[in-house]
This record gives sequence, C-alpha cells and structure tokens, in this order.
Amino acid sequence: MAARKTTAKKPNVSGDELKQYYRDMLLIRRFEEKAGQLYGMGLIGGFCHLYIGQEAVVVGLEATAKENDKRITTYRDHGHMLACGMDPKGVMAELTGRQDGYSKGKGGSMHMFSKEKHFYGGHGIVGANVPLGAGLAFADKYRGNDNVTYTYFGDGAANQGQVYETFNMAALWQLPVVFVIENNQYAMGTSQERSTSTQDIYKRGEAFGIPGEMVDGMNVLSVKEAGEKAVAHCRAGKGPYILEIKTYRYRGHSMSDPAKYRTREEVQKMREERDPIEQARDMLLTGKHASEEDLKAIDKEIKEIVNASAEFAKDSPEPALDELWTDIYAKEVPQGEAV
Amino acid sequence: MSMTSYLEAGRRAVMEEMQRDERVWALGEDLGRGGVFGQYKGLQEMFGDERIADTPISEACIMGAAVGAAMTGTRPVVEMRFSDFALCAVDELVNQAAKARFMFGGQMRVPMVVREPIGMWRSSAAQHSQSLEAWYAHIPGLVVVAPATPADNLGLLKTAIRNEDPVVYMEHKNLWALEGEVPEGEHLVPLGKAEVAREGVDLTIVTWSAMRHPCLKAAEDLSAEGIGVEVIDLRTLWPWDREAVLASVGKTGRLLVVQEAVSVAGFGAEIAASVAEALHYRLRAPVRRLGAPRIPVAYAPPLEDQARVTDKAITDAVRGMVVPQTVA
Ligand SMILES: Cc1ncc(C[n+]2csc(CCOP(=O)(O)OP(=O)(O)O)c2C)c(N)n1
Ligand SMILES: [Mg+2]
Repeated sequence: MAARKTTAKKPNVSGDELKQYYRDMLLIRRFEEKAGQLYGMGLIGGFCHLYIGQEAVVVGLEATAKENDKRITTYRDHGHMLACGMDPKGVMAELTGRQDGYSKGKGGSMHMFSKEKHFYGGHGIVGANVPLGAGLAFADKYRGNDNVTYTYFGDGAANQGQVYETFNMAALWQLPVVFVIENNQYAMGTSQERSTSTQDIYKRGEAFGIPGEMVDGMNVLSVKEAGEKAVAHCRAGKGPYILEIKTYRYRGHSMSDPAKYRTREEVQKMREERDPIEQARDMLLTGKHASEEDLKAIDKEIKEIVNASAEFAKDSPEPALDELWTDIYAKEVPQGEAV
Repeated sequence: MSMTSYLEAGRRAVMEEMQRDERVWALGEDLGRGGVFGQYKGLQEMFGDERIADTPISEACIMGAAVGAAMTGTRPVVEMRFSDFALCAVDELVNQAAKARFMFGGQMRVPMVVREPIGMWRSSAAQHSQSLEAWYAHIPGLVVVAPATPADNLGLLKTAIRNEDPVVYMEHKNLWALEGEVPEGEHLVPLGKAEVAREGVDLTIVTWSAMRHPCLKAAEDLSAEGIGVEVIDLRTLWPWDREAVLASVGKTGRLLVVQEAVSVAGFGAEIAASVAEALHYRLRAPVRRLGAPRIPVAYAPPLEDQARVTDKAITDAVRGMVVPQTVA
C-alpha cells in the first residue's frame, strides 16, 4: 500500500474536536454506502449522487459555522445535510420517497430542505443555487446580523454564467457569502482540464475583487482553517470570499455512471494516499487522541445510526396520494382542475 | 427495414447528415464520450472534436454560440440533454434565434436544431421531468418536433437538420430503448405532417411523443368492445397538421387530445380550440383533453404515477365520450 500523505500540519484543534470530525465524516461515508446498497436493491430510484471521498469539505466547513448560518448546495447534497445536523432518518426516508422524508417524498435525493438547520436545499439545475446563495446572504445583511451563507457548487458549475453575475453582485453589495467550489476534478464525464480555460478557479474572483484560495479538501483540518479565515472575513462585513476546495469523488457521478472516463488506478491512488477519513484516523492515533478501541466504538455507533436510518426509511409509509395537491401554492388549490 | 432503437435512430440521423453536409456540426456537454444517453456514441471518433464539440456546462453560451454560428450558414445541432436544462438558455433561443430572420428583414436565417429531451423518466423529480413543448409552440419563428417512434426519430431529425429555421427537437427520454422498424436507405419525414397511426370511425385521439403508445394500446383494447378509435400522431407541433386533424374529427365527430404535459395551457388546448372553432356543429360529443394535472412532478413513484396518463385513463375517457351518458 502506498504511503498516505498526511499534510504535515499540527492539528489546530483539540483531540475531542478531531474525534468529532472523524465521527461526522464516517457518518457520511457509511450513510452513503448504505444509500448505494438501497439503490442497488431498488429502494431508492432516480438520480442519486454520492458524496464519498468529499466528506472533509462539509465537515471542515461546518466546524466553522455558528447557529443561524445558512448553507445551500447542489444535487450532491447528502453530506451537507448530515454535516449540518439534519436527521439521517429523514434524509434516508426522502431517498426512499417516503412520507417521513425531509420533502415528504416529493423531492428525492436532489431536493431536500431544512428550515430548522438553515439548509436551503439541494438544487438540480447546475449553477442555479449560486445566485440563491447570494440572496440568502443579502437577507442577512439586510437584517443586520452577522450570519454567513455557505454557497457550495462544483468545478463544472463554475462555468455557468450566473456564477459570475453573482460574484459581481455579491462583491458590489459586500454580501456575507462564502463561495465554496467543491473541485472534485470532474463534471460528470468531463475532467476539469477539458472544461476550464484556467485551472485555478478561485482566481476568477480577482476580476471582481473577491479574495480566495485553494484548499486541500482531503484534510479536514486544512478545510477548517481556510473556512475560519473565510468566515471571519464575511462576518467582519468585508464581503464575499472564495474557497476552491480540491477534493475527489470516489464513485461515479451518480449511481448510473460506470465512470469509464478515468482510470481505476487514479481512484485507487486517491483512496490509498489521500483519504480524508484515514488521514483523520492517523492523526487521532499518532497524536494519542484516541485508541483503537475508541475508534471501534465510534464505528459501532455510526453503524447503528445508519442501520436505524435505513430501517426507518424502509418502514415509513409512502406518501398519501392527496399530498400531490399540497405545497404548490400558499393557499391550496382546488383539486381536479382540467385533468 | 431493420429493427432499431429510438436512440440509435437519432444517432444515425446526425451521422448521416454530418456525412452528407459538412456544414453540420454538434455541440453540447459530454458529447465526446457519446452524450449522456449514448445518442452521439462513436461520432467524435468519426468526425473529430471540432464537429462533435464537447462544451463546458454553459447552456446560455452553447445556445447563443450556435445561433451565431447558424447565422453564418453552418448548421449546428445543439444538445441540451434535458428540456429542463435548456431553460438556462431560453433567451438565446426565444429572443435571438426565433426572431432574427424577421427582425433583420429576412437577410439571414438561423438553421439550427436544438435537441431537448422531455418527459417523465422514473423518479427524476420536478427539475428533470418536464414536457415543455407548448412553451416553444407559442413562439413565432420556432419549429417544434416531438417524435414517437424510431423511424420518425430518424426521418424527422434528418429533416430538422435540413430545415432553414430553428427547430426545437424534443425526444422523449422514456423512449430511448424503444425498438421499431426503420427503413434502410435515405429516410426523410416531412415537418408538419401527422401520421394516422390507427384508423377508426367513432373517435379521434390526437397525441404526440411517448403518449402515442398508450393511445394505441387503448385503441386496441377498445376495438374489442366495438369502439373504433382513430389515433393521430402529430409528430410536429409547429407547424401542426390541421388538415389531418380536421379531416379525422370531421369523420368521427369526437376528439380526445392526449398529452403527457400539464394539460392547462398545453398544446392540446390549441388543438381543442381549433377543432371547436372549425367543426363545432359536426361534433357529437364535447372535446376532451387528458394530460398531467397542474402540479410539479414528484419523486416518490406513487405520486409520480398520479401525473401520468395511462392507457386505462384513455380507455375510460373514450368510453365516456362514445357511450351515451344517462343524465341522472
Ligand atoms: C443546467 C444544467 N446542465 C446540465 C446538468 C446535468 N448535470 C448534472 S450534474 C452535472 C455535472 C456537474 O459537475 P460539477 O459542478 O463539477 O459537480 P459534481 O457533480 O462534480 O459535484 C451536469 C452536467 C444540469 N443538472 N443542469
Ligand atoms: Mg465536479
């Protein structure tokens, strides 16, 4: 096995915090593996985009958030929801299209929401969530609080025009928004080199006067450190900030993608040398913040949570048919018009 | 004739037209590896990466660049892969492509084909399931095509590529795997010509795209009950084959329009209104429409199914129109 390349960085966090990040990343990983299994069993359908490999991004950034901060992302949203504290049961039940899912079975994998956790959704149209993120930040600025909005999007989405309209307006209005580019190096089957004229996407912010930086997205501590800087900038009223977080997705774009556009070795190398969970594990053990037994106990706890979410998602009833007519307008419309 | 899938027929159409006319080229996301559904498989290897051009995820620019390239006389085929995504580029299509010929006094034209797959595809949810053909039928300057069979996908796409005006070409995602007889040699289907897919004397169903198939199934079932249903597949929504529809309804006296799209303000309303205007005194039953209720498409299968028009719903509707109702 190739040597793992842990960024030689002193943990800027306590042992307990590091343990928490490890746990949160593991929850996402195991949850996603379970979702993949349920998909294979036909219990989950449609589009299902797994987050495996990218766990350090959301966990590192959530560690910088405070109550009432907002987040908005794309269709690859399971990790974001778990990291901000949404209930794995509700997420899994949405994946199985059941009544107890976060969107009552109406949205599925790509479209969930939690008012309580200030999670403003999974959005299916690439790039569409970016202006919305600026709007969330606008509302906070308007209300005069110091909340920050984390607006996540991919390397592929970074080529949509509205991203740059948003950069300009967010800078013009000095909005408290952290633009998080999750650069997993592929947009479906298109590698970043094949779609992007200059490789450092964060540098595009310079044209708008938005500071930004490249971050190692496979190391949760690097992500957290960069996140803290970005968030402090936004909270201080200095306007938007860009974090381009270099990460990697281990699975195909979605469950139906065999990922033939890259080599097995490329994926294998990433898993062996850079895996965010293994890196955190190494740091915990070498720093003597946790013993093998402690980690086993965490594994067990996570397994139970994930299994319980799957059981819940299988047992939750399918949505009642009259749910079809709810949630379309503020005042429910009469049924049966022009059917 | 040979058995070919709807998907392969579309691929063959692009290939044949690119071989025939070097002004034809295609652009869109992931085309190099064959397109997300495989509709361009092998074409980049055949024609090179300038003629089968991979693009970044930039729909507005893809569409707009195609409009510009078409103005100079090349013939781009724009791949939008889901009609839902094409909404990011509607300005380029509706304000630019559709109006350029008229606005500029006929000095140039915009010969381009925009492929925008439509329709429900199991559990794709609200942003990946829409049938938006009526939006484009509403826009002067655009041609709108919605093929239902492999043979039509070949013949209509070839004709669309040769057409001198912008064509919104709406394949149905659920039909990709559908197999059917396709002619071997050159096969062109004219725009604006409907197909009478089945003859009958009691009632006319007008439909298009994937709904053709449940309509034919319903017609078959109803024939066992002695009800003769004529099924007209419009194939092209604009221009639509008024003559064929009026001739058929003139004969049967009954019209049912069946569409997958939301029924309210759908293209079926245009047909219903036209028939009512032209044939009011010859109608033996009120005109009816079947389509989706006015709701976004849901993810959960039981909810999604509520938005689907089934062959059972069609047979019920036909019976209700043909069998005299007793008024309570
Ligand atoms: C407007 C639009 N165009 C195309 C798509 C199809 N699509 C879905 S995800 C995706 C790739 C996006 O890649 P990236 O932004 O890098 O995010 P990742 O999937 O890697 O997380 C594409 C092209 C879409 N959903 N919306
Ligand atoms: Mg990506």
